[in-house]
Parts: sequence; structure tokens; C-alpha cells
Amino acid sequence: MTKIKTTLVVAAMALAIAGCAKKRPAVLPPAPVDQNAGVDPNAGQTNPGDGAIVPGSDADFKRSVTSNTVHFGLDQYDIDPEARAILDSQAAWLQRYPNVRITIEGHCDERGTREYNLALGDRRANAAKNYLAARGVTADRMTVISYGKERPIALGSDEASYAQNRRAVTIVLG
Amino acid sequence: MPRSLLTLPLTLALAASALSAQEAPAPQAEPVQAPAGQQPALAPANGQEGLVVDVEGGISAPMPIAIPAMPTNAVVQTAAGTTDVVGQQLSQIIANDLRNSGLFTPVPPTQLRTVSFPEVTAPAFDYWNGTGAQALVQGYVRANGDGTLTVGCYLYDVLARSELARQGFVVAPGEWRRAAHKCADSIYTKLTGEGPYFDSRVVYVSETGPKGRRIKRLAIMDQDGANHRFLTNGQSIVLTPRFAPNQQSIVYMSYVDKRPAIYVYDIGSGRQRLVVQNAATTFAPRFSPDGRWILFSMAQGGNTDIYRVSSQGGSPQRLTNAPGIDTGGSYSPDGSKIVFESDRSGGQQIYVMNADGSNQQRISFGGGRYATPVWSPRGDLIAFTKLGGAFRIGIMNPSGGGEKLLTDSWQDEGPSWSPNGRVITFQRSTQGASGKADVWMVDLTGVNERRIPTPLDGSDPAWGPLRP
Repeated sequence: MTKIKTTLVVAAMALAIAGCAKKRPAVLPPAPVDQNAGVDPNAGQTNPGDGAIVPGSDADFKRSVTSNTVHFGLDQYDIDPEARAILDSQAAWLQRYPNVRITIEGHCDERGTREYNLALGDRRANAAKNYLAARGVTADRMTVISYGKERPIALGSDEASYAQNRRAVTIVLG
Repeated sequence: MPRSLLTLPLTLALAASALSAQEAPAPQAEPVQAPAGQQPALAPANGQEGLVVDVEGGISAPMPIAIPAMPTNAVVQTAAGTTDVVGQQLSQIIANDLRNSGLFTPVPPTQLRTVSFPEVTAPAFDYWNGTGAQALVQGYVRANGDGTLTVGCYLYDVLARSELARQGFVVAPGEWRRAAHKCADSIYTKLTGEGPYFDSRVVYVSETGPKGRRIKRLAIMDQDGANHRFLTNGQSIVLTPRFAPNQQSIVYMSYVDKRPAIYVYDIGSGRQRLVVQNAATTFAPRFSPDGRWILFSMAQGGNTDIYRVSSQGGSPQRLTNAPGIDTGGSYSPDGSKIVFESDRSGGQQIYVMNADGSNQQRISFGGGRYATPVWSPRGDLIAFTKLGGAFRIGIMNPSGGGEKLLTDSWQDEGPSWSPNGRVITFQRSTQGASGKADVWMVDLTGVNERRIPTPLDGSDPAWGPLRP
């Protein structure tokens, strides 16, 4: 099993480099964390008991991409330049691991009514999904789920908290 | 209101139900049968004279009403408690119901006299007149041989020294509180001319835990908060429950298996059934007034539309197809129309369409956004949440005119009508990291507003129909 996975990872790497190098301009800022997972696929597999990060896992995704979360304006669902850069980094990682499936959660702040926010969260998750699809992530790898205003991460009732809660979060399915 | 109308629906009550109504038998020791054939001196609730309570006025002072403890013919131990204690509790429940309506002021307990069994049908009018009471409710409790209780309920006009109504209810011990609600309903109906609503239940979402990870459970309770019961265990998020018209099931949304969709919960068996077999998210479910359909919203690819499906399941039928979010549908009481919200104009506004989806017309045009429209069971009004900074509960008529906001708080959301269309329950949230929601009620005057006591926090309350 380990061997197969390793092979896939290497193959994915090659694909990612081939597929992305031209499409994506040098927009992607330097990753804040080291990206050795792609370079050395055996890293992290040697001693899983140490809490090392498994390539292709959600933890690997989170440390490899600019962010697993994009944000939106009030009652908005458009992907702005900042969100584009984040989703580009997600797409690049996903191209390295073409068998990995993801779910995208859509969330809202508390200033909308419950049912409208369920619909708005679905819009946001789909906006992120559609962007990733345009970047080559096939639709059958992605599911969306809207939580409306049910799962805020910032608990205050202020603009700073609201801005954090209006989000789409990409989660790698284990 | 004709007197016959008062007793008719109650008398029709139920072979199947544990509760039945009948003409109140006079207490056995009662020597005088005068009230039976006596015409009331005053015609109630016709707006002309006598004891009349104005439901919508909101300015006139509540009517003073005396509700002494109900005596028993014999103190007997029953499953509901001893009959004398039950009699005290019944009078308190009636007093609470009437007080909570905002239309009555029960005479304080210290001014109530102990009523003997024979006195139930021969009130001490001079005494009650001295308390300032305009109306008097007396009654009695009797344990029957078969384990049931009979509760008599009499309404008197104190000044006119006359009987206005009498009712009798036979209840199983487990449903003894319903006799008080039925009695309060008959008094409310007689004196206001409005339909009854006290003998009804509320289903809502019980909430607890930190704001970022609320634990949500379906719960059901009487409209006064009594007989509270949890229906789901809190492992999955549950939202927006609504009673079926026959009150045997509840439709709601659940995140069970991380697949948000609408389910029907059977109250008797506790079983849950997925309504629509579809990968898309389904939400905002509502029964049609005849119970044959479930209206719901389905989000697909970022677009949300309103559909209906047979309440038995099957293929959904699409009713809206505007780009944008169409959700929150609610049937008119005759089932011919649907009111819903849509952001097709740019922001949330209220629209009305025919039940087949045709003739969609916007009806809200005020400043701000309008959400969660709900058609009154009387058909005369639509309640909504108005968003403009704060969330407030408001009402308008079905053509969009006569807008009136009933509440003014930080965040009031999700109105649901009482069975008689005169009171609205909703959730009120407080702000900040420790913010939470509670279940509240407000009447159409907007003056009488109160929180319903629940064991934990509460949201998404939905008022059920009057119980049979």
C-alpha cells in the first residue's frame, strides 16, 4: 500500500509540474511552510507514529497551500484576487494528488437569516468549486456542503469576526 | 359569535384522543340548576356591549378576571396527583394562559376565596365584585372510576351575575394540563371572539454548547413550555422543524451523515425518513395545509429554487427557476398560493405565486431586506423577518400593504403563527461570543412580548395546530 501511494505521489508531482507551470504565472507567493512533501515523497512515511504529516493528507494540504480558506464580502460570493491566489495554490496541490477527493464547506456570518444563509453558503462553496474546476480539478473529486451560519470560527458580533466567518473551506477527505 | 359555535368544535373532539369534551355536568351537590336555562345577560364579543376584549387594540387595559382554585367533590389520589391539588394547578394554568395572552389580568391569589364544590355553579358574585374582577372562572375536578378526570369549566360575567359559558372535559391523567388549556381557550374565545390557541404545541431546536459548535436537538413542548421532550440526540445539526397538519410528524432539516437534507420525523415511532433522494442539499421544508405536499428548497450549483414533493416521497416538482436564491416558501391556508423570499432583484424580498409556481409577484417594497415570510393560518397577514442592521419581526397583508414591525431587538428571526393567527413565536438572539438564542412570543399589538421558558437555549420555533 505504501509503495503504491509513493508511486502515485511521484506521478502526481510530475503531472503537477507539467500541468501548472505554464498556466499559472508567478502569482503564487512563496509558500509560508516548506513544501518538501512533494519533493521527497518518503518524508513523513518513515515514522508515521511521530505525528509526521502524510503526503496527500488534509494536514499536508493545509501546510502546503497558501490557505485552505477563502473569504467573501458581505452577501457576496465572487472570487476576488486574494481568493484566486489561494485557490491556485490549492489547485496546484490537488493536481499533485489526482486521486484525492475534497469537500468544500460554505459558511456565512450571522447577519443573514438561517435558510438564506444555507443557500448563500452553497453559493460560496460552489464559487470555490467552480474556480478549482476551471484550474483543472475534475468535478467528481469535489463535493460541497453549506453550513450557513451554523459553524462560525470567529464568535464575536463585529465586522472583523463576520469577515472571518464569510468563507469557503477546502477539506481533503481522508 | 353564536354560542353554538363555541361548544361545537370542542364537542366533536375525539374518540381517538384521550381528551374529550362535553357539556359540563353540574356538580352533584349543586342544589340550584338555574344556570342551565339562563340566558346570559350580555352578548359577548360582538363589539356591542358586555364583556368584550379587544385583541388588536393593545391600548385598553387587560380585563381583570378571577380564577379561584377548582374544588373537587372528593379528594382522590390519581396518576395526575390528588384531585384537590390538580384543581389548584388547573386554575393556575388557566390564569397563566390568560395572563400570557396580554388581554387579561388574573386577580392576585391573595384576593381569591376558597370555592366550595356546590359554589361552582352558584358564584358569590358580591364577593367577586369586590375584587374588581369583571369575569370569573370557576370549575371542579372529579376522578372517574375508569382513571380519567372530569374537569368542569364555567365562565361568569360578574357584574351581570350571569353565566357566559360552560364546558366539561374528560382527560386521561397524563393529559390533565390540556383540560386547563381547553378551559382557557373557551374563555378566551368567548370573551375575544378570536379562535383558540392555548391547547397547542411548539416544536423547536434546543441549543447548547459554545457558539462555534452548537449542539442542536429537536424538541417539542406545550405552548406554555410544559411537557418538554427532546426528539433527537444532538449528534447531527438539526434545523427548521415544522409540524405536519395532523401533528403526527415533523418535517425538518438534518446534517446526519454530513448530508444536509430534509427528513420527516414520526412522533409516535421516533423514526426518520429522508424525503428527497438526491445528492443536492434540500432545506426549508414546509407542509401544505392538507398535508399532501412538502414545499422545500434545493441548492444546486449555487442556485436555490423552490420545489414541492409528495409528503410520501417521489419526484420533486420545480416551482421557481429564477437565477438566484428562492427559498422560505409558505402556503396560504387554502393551499392555493405560496409566499416565498427571493433575491432575484438584488436583495431578499417577498414574493407571492400560485401553488403551481405561476404568476410570481413581488409584494415587499420597503427599505431593507425581507425574509422568512409565513402566511397566517387566518389568511389575513404575512409575518416576516425584516433585515436592516437589526432583525425584526413584522407583518403585512398578502398584497404587501399595511406593514407593521412588532419587535425591536438586535436579532429577532423566523416568525411562526399561533393556530388562531393572533400570536407569533420567533427566536431572539443576543450578540457577542456568548450570544445565544431563545424562544419568544409576541402578539399582533407588538406590546405583549415574552420569552418561553425552555430547559436550554432555543431557536427555530414552529407553532403547531390546535390539538384535536
